[in-house]
Amino acid sequence: MTTIVYEDHDDQSADEIPVRRIKFTVNGEKKIAEVEPRLLLAHLIRRGLGLTGTHMGCDTTNCGACTVLVDGRPVKSCTMLAVQVDGREISTVEGLASASELHPLQEGFKEEHGLQCGFCTPGMMMAAKALLEENPHPTEEDVRWALSGNLCRCTGYQNIVKSVLWAAAKLRSESGS
Amino acid sequence: MYPSRFRYEAPRSLDEAIGLMHDGGDYVKVLAGGQSLVPLMKLRFASPELVVDINNVPGLNYHRADPDGSLRIGALCRHADLERSDLLKTTQPTMAAAAPLIADPIVRTRGTLVGSLCHADPQGDWASVVLALGGSVIAQGPRGTRTIPLADFVTGPFQNVLDPDEIAVEAVVPAAKGIRSGGYLKLERRVGDFATVGVAVAIETSGENVTRAGIALTGVGGSTIAATAAAEALTGRPLTSDTIGQAAELAAQAARPRTDHRGSAEYKRHMVHTFVLRLLSRADAAPDQAERAA
Repeated sequence: MTTIVYEDHDDQSADEIPVRRIKFTVNGEKKIAEVEPRLLLAHLIRRGLGLTGTHMGCDTTNCGACTVLVDGRPVKSCTMLAVQVDGREISTVEGLASASELHPLQEGFKEEHGLQCGFCTPGMMMAAKALLEENPHPTEEDVRWALSGNLCRCTGYQNIVKSVLWAAAKLRSESGS
Repeated sequence: MYPSRFRYEAPRSLDEAIGLMHDGGDYVKVLAGGQSLVPLMKLRFASPELVVDINNVPGLNYHRADPDGSLRIGALCRHADLERSDLLKTTQPTMAAAAPLIADPIVRTRGTLVGSLCHADPQGDWASVVLALGGSVIAQGPRGTRTIPLADFVTGPFQNVLDPDEIAVEAVVPAAKGIRSGGYLKLERRVGDFATVGVAVAIETSGENVTRAGIALTGVGGSTIAATAAAEALTGRPLTSDTIGQAAELAAQAARPRTDHRGSAEYKRHMVHTFVLRLLSRADAAPDQAERAA
């Protein structure tokens, strides 16, 4: 159960908050939440679920730091309403690693120095995850294209692209293809 | 940033959605992809009282060719579906060229073509493409269904002719009578930025001559511009360097660009000219390439 706390402005408005109950899955766990329709998915994830790996960067649909997967497809969670995930599956960066092992994407970012400050990294990894599920054999161009909605302000994108290609190779070797 | 408070409904049928629109009060908005509406609501440029989310309405997520060759795009067909579409690649060169240039790859997984037409942003790419192709929007409301040519649908920046209780359920692009060619070129500062300049060209040829031409301009005026005189200069004539040059000149004259942080008016007008030249020169080359391939 997820709790969201709303501001009480000491007026009638508190009684009129049109709260809705939604059921959804996050990283494989079933959840129920009561949300006001104007709550953004990014805030449900960060504040409601406490999964602060999903970052809010620009808040204007530009930077992609808040990218999560909804039913396997990447979305900018600052640009989707939380009520809209009723009945859907959300994957966040916290769902990548298992208890004992990093996901190949996380390993790739480590091996290829794919981050400096790390702010854009969760969004980069989730966008890359969507790419690799659709296309296990991406070219460098495919990776650059898939990540073109994610901004990194530390560096060029060179090592991020290398990291994703590293992960793709690792995933292929694991699956034996 | 938070939207102001609104009521939210997620109907399961189109009839239910239209009923909600009809009874919904003064300010109701349809939510499809939400990639323009949600940012507008966060910035408080839009503060609807009721949001009708149509994402759970079945039967709106499609694009298909009718037996007569016209293309129908449902209200929940995402940009990404169009980007991956083999149907577009083989039959709709202008649309296939535009699809990968809409916003960025993540926005494309949510945003919809029909929503983009309704949003009527002068810098929106799809309006130019559908205008150049002579397409229409199908609107459904309590009083029935009507077909609105895109030329009449968009009335100004962020303005369309939909009644408050109508929903745009589909876009239609008519069948080509000749051999279709064309494309879309967009000048943008980076992926995901709005168009500094965009040009859509849709040509149909029969034998040597152009039988139908559509040219439309993005981002160089208060709304999407149909470069009608430029298109007329091509119709009934072959694509030659003369006719192509004339069309480019007329298209540049039709542009109404303003100087802003994306470029000077003069530069934008020049880019319209350049894009029309490039697109028509390619269209001119297409039949030759087809012959070589055969």
